[in-house]
Amino acid sequence: MSLLEINDVSVNYGAISAIRNVSFTMEAGRIITVIGPNGAGKTTLLKSIAALLPYSGSVAFQGRSVDRLDVQARVRSGMVLVPESRELFTQMSVQDNLDLGAYARRDGAANIRRDLDQVYDLFPRLRERMGQAAGTLSGGERQMLALGRALMSAPRLLMLDEPSLGLAPIVVREIFRIIARLRELDVSVLLVEQNARAALQTADYGYVLETGEIAGSGPSAELLADPMLINAYLGGKKPTSATA
Amino acid sequence: MTIADQEPIKMDARASSYMAVTGVAIAVLLALPLFLTSFNILLLNMVGIFAMATLGLVLLTGSGGVTSFAQAAFMGLGAYTSAYVTLRLGLSPWLGLAAALALVFVVTMAIGYVTLHLGGHYLPITTLAWAVAIHMLFGTLDGLGAHSGIGGLPPISIAGVAMDRPERAFYMIWVTLILFLFAASNLLRSRQGRAIAALRGGSLLAEALGISAFRTRMMLFVLAGELACVGGWLFAHTQNFISPSSFDLTNGLNILLMSVLGGVGSVLGALVGAGAVMVGRNLIQDVLPMLALDAGSLEIVVFGAIFIVLVQYSPKGLSPLLSRWLPPRPAPALPDIKHDEVLRFGRAKEHNDDAVILSVDGLEKRFGGLVAVKDLSFDVHRGTIHALIGPNGAGKSTTFDMISGLQSPTSGTVQFNGTVVTHTPARNMIARGMARTFQHVRIRPQMTLLDNVMQGAHWRLTSGFWAGILRLDRAEEAAYRKTALLALKAVGLADQALVEAGTLSLGQQRQLEIARALAADPEILLLDEPAAGLRTGEKAELAALLSRLREAGMTILLVEHDMDFVMGLVDRIVVLDFGQHLAEGLPDEIRQNSKVQEAYLGGLD
Amino acid sequence: MDFQIAAILFQDGVLTGAVYTMLALGFVLVFTTTRIIFASYGDLIAFSALTLHALQKGALPGTVYLLMVLAVLATVLEVVSALKQGTARRIPGILVIWLVLPILPATAALMVGGMILPAWISLVLTIALVVPIAPLLYRIIFQPIETASTLTLLIVAVVLHYAIAGLALLFFGPEGIRTAPLFRGTWDLLGFQMQAQLVVVVVTAIILATALAVFFSKTMTGKALRATAYNRDGARLVGISTRASGSVAFALAGIIAAIVGILVSSNITVYYDSGLMIGLKGFVGAVVGGFISYPVAAVGSLVVGLVESYASFFSSEYKEVIVFLSIIPVVLFRWLGARHEPEEEEEETA
Repeated sequence: MSLLEINDVSVNYGAISAIRNVSFTMEAGRIITVIGPNGAGKTTLLKSIAALLPYSGSVAFQGRSVDRLDVQARVRSGMVLVPESRELFTQMSVQDNLDLGAYARRDGAANIRRDLDQVYDLFPRLRERMGQAAGTLSGGERQMLALGRALMSAPRLLMLDEPSLGLAPIVVREIFRIIARLRELDVSVLLVEQNARAALQTADYGYVLETGEIAGSGPSAELLADPMLINAYLGGKKPTSATA
Repeated sequence: MTIADQEPIKMDARASSYMAVTGVAIAVLLALPLFLTSFNILLLNMVGIFAMATLGLVLLTGSGGVTSFAQAAFMGLGAYTSAYVTLRLGLSPWLGLAAALALVFVVTMAIGYVTLHLGGHYLPITTLAWAVAIHMLFGTLDGLGAHSGIGGLPPISIAGVAMDRPERAFYMIWVTLILFLFAASNLLRSRQGRAIAALRGGSLLAEALGISAFRTRMMLFVLAGELACVGGWLFAHTQNFISPSSFDLTNGLNILLMSVLGGVGSVLGALVGAGAVMVGRNLIQDVLPMLALDAGSLEIVVFGAIFIVLVQYSPKGLSPLLSRWLPPRPAPALPDIKHDEVLRFGRAKEHNDDAVILSVDGLEKRFGGLVAVKDLSFDVHRGTIHALIGPNGAGKSTTFDMISGLQSPTSGTVQFNGTVVTHTPARNMIARGMARTFQHVRIRPQMTLLDNVMQGAHWRLTSGFWAGILRLDRAEEAAYRKTALLALKAVGLADQALVEAGTLSLGQQRQLEIARALAADPEILLLDEPAAGLRTGEKAELAALLSRLREAGMTILLVEHDMDFVMGLVDRIVVLDFGQHLAEGLPDEIRQNSKVQEAYLGGLD
Repeated sequence: MDFQIAAILFQDGVLTGAVYTMLALGFVLVFTTTRIIFASYGDLIAFSALTLHALQKGALPGTVYLLMVLAVLATVLEVVSALKQGTARRIPGILVIWLVLPILPATAALMVGGMILPAWISLVLTIALVVPIAPLLYRIIFQPIETASTLTLLIVAVVLHYAIAGLALLFFGPEGIRTAPLFRGTWDLLGFQMQAQLVVVVVTAIILATALAVFFSKTMTGKALRATAYNRDGARLVGISTRASGSVAFALAGIIAAIVGILVSSNITVYYDSGLMIGLKGFVGAVVGGFISYPVAAVGSLVVGLVESYASFFSSEYKEVIVFLSIIPVVLFRWLGARHEPEEEEEETA
């Protein structure tokens, strides 16, 4: 049984088609990335899987259709989105944000406390800023809090939209190191990134989304070596200068 | 062109069905007094009067995005001013109307001046206070009957005929209303109407197009007040009796609910809303006793329930349901353009030196403790294409906003054509020769491509409010429709000129934004990610277009992610990283720059 | 005006202000969680007062019928939506929450109909009859249009006011009522003569405000409500149902309305349509507070109460105008301090 099965998903904004007939499956325990240029429909894809956007086609999670479930119900079933805009509760404390992450859980205070410790271990910076309002955090800390809050819901599938957005390279490295470690926590990750190189270096498998359609796919290592992709999405670095 | 062959036939068919439906509707309406009882004529007179006040609100809310509780109070100002002029001064109701219009003008200007600067929520809240206060004021006018009201107002005379009988008043009211509806519809299709529509795309779009959001909202607020004022004046002189209770907050709320039920999206909503509320309540009052129910207290309950169900069924009001069945008012036919005719740029061609046109010096922007752009300097030469690149969040869009005046820099200067424009508001930049597109496309999806592009030429047109209403702007409109069509032709969208912009793909919408910017006859184009969402073929076309523009003398500054697109096209590149100037040079130099590779192109290893 | 009159007016102003404060809290609570300016809020207060009066007289209040009809409607809507979502197993829970809970007090009222009840039982019964009305109205009327524009939501609330006031006229008639005061006389407090009623109202306001503060900062439901108010999308992404938050907000507002109705009913004459004016004053308090901050709204309402009290002394005829015009200086003040840069507004979606 696959963790996530996307079948023929299309999204239209009015008469504009944002994504068309996207299909793929994702096995548990893997990190999958969707790369592509701005405007290709990557965010739309994640939002439709999370039920933030109406779509046609079908989404199945852990073998069961979730098409009739709303956002909250999908969160309860274990699929959580960290959107590009983070959507933190900026006026509330770091601790409150993490507490609310576990809002939908019904598996008891002890488990939640254990996960809270785990999140604080993963992001020691957040422990230091426990009582601080989320709005006062730096960009990197906010991204960590967004990740931590999502992890507090004990997800099976974590969907990340542009986690590197607006972050310093050193912070980006830190964030991606943590994303790679999520495998150990038994969390599968669907990662959408503009920074295709970083994404492919972290993920097992990649899909290329172009003008709303899947234009290619393959194991990350293969995609990283694909001269066409290098030209188009990996920053236009020529293979010669990539090795330089 | 193929469009020139096809469109006129289609337009004629649409035009004639529109004319037929409108003609029949007006004829039926004007024949109504022959069949109706005086009671029903009086009811329709009230519908007409309230439709005027509602029309004001429909324009203000549906187009300007703000609302008002004070429409009934402005009706009252109209009625009481005219009562004073006719009863106390013994003058003609026409002089009463003039005085009323003048008073409402002054009052709405004063209220609008203070509250419209504050944006959305403040106007409605303050009008609530004024609505209560103005109503209470009427109750203290001892010379005009105070709380109990005053009668004996003279009827209005037109060409010596007194409008004293219900059917005469009917014709006066409904002919006025029909004229108002057409005038409003004309206004919405004119230059001012496009400015109003731009407001709905957010103040940023309006300001970037050279439209003052404040002045446009002010115009709508005054217009709404004046429409209510005329309604109040007609009310006073057809009912012959006025009292404060006719103009209280409850009636202000009533007008508001007429506009919501009718739908604020179209001028017809005013008529539909006023009609549905007043006729509907009357029907309920007639029906309830037949069911052996107490009409006195149940009428409002039944009306409320029906209203809520209708709004739940169609949250945008009843007029959208109606317009599905009605032919739309036809737009004028497309202008003819010759095969080899191209858009001309008056200003970009004036100078053909390669002097510095745009100079950014020490630019800095802080949001609280966050530094978005730090000590940024670069020059752009006339007739070149300049790219600003860098990772997401590097401060490129903030830089664009500061250059185009949408944001004020914390420090540093921007010089354009030798003039410091650092704190020049965005709406003055387009006339100075700077036009821009947006990263998140800002178009009006329900307007045609042609009208969207016409918005770009807003600053070049001169027609005002009255020219729009009376359609004195036809020559100017025709000339600029041609300009707009040529701008669409330049980006390859001319064959879809009359299509609604919302039906385009994202890539085409970006090209539409470029056409809109071109229609402004700019000297420099600021393009925010023009290639995003384009397919490979479309990118090549866009690059060819930008090259052609450069040859025509245009200067282009663009923000872009697509390195292939940038490298093959631009003359010079500035690289931003964390709001800082990281590198600058020719495309090849940037490609080889190791700092750039590390910050922007680099991965995790 | 001598000191003694000023002191009496001050007491009066604080009393009125405390009432408006409780109201303003409800307004802010409902608006921030649901974007609804709940114009029919005042009607719940009138209903509470009228219901208490009917119970004190030993009559059966029409509130009972309203409650039963609303409960049945809401249950039908909930069951239909559960069936549509394919979650039929939720139906027993739905029946308990939306049908049984609201019908219980109605049944109790029917059973004791015609009896003169002990004072405290009529108080409890009044609260139990009035509180469920608010979340039921939210479920039936506002939830189906939760994404409509703020203006549409406001107008629906206004129309709802007319409808509820119409029902109040039907149930309770056009006569004004005044309930027997709960507390009489004056208490001596540190040498000052305080009206007992004033002390009770102010203490109730303080308890309510404190309870709300604790609820918002300590309980998960309270935090979820705040989260919904701050960031609706963020709330949905952690699995908070914004609809559930809306119901809770309305229920809390219902509790406040029921209590305020009981408190004011012995002080002022309440008519079937008194709700709009009372509600609007609380609204003014909320506006003065900028409509988003609880503490500022509380202070604003207190000021509105004082303004009204002193205004009624100088010119009872203009007291309402003066209260409403007190919005103007606040707006002017904001205008002077406002940034004059173009602001971004939400665009109407097609």
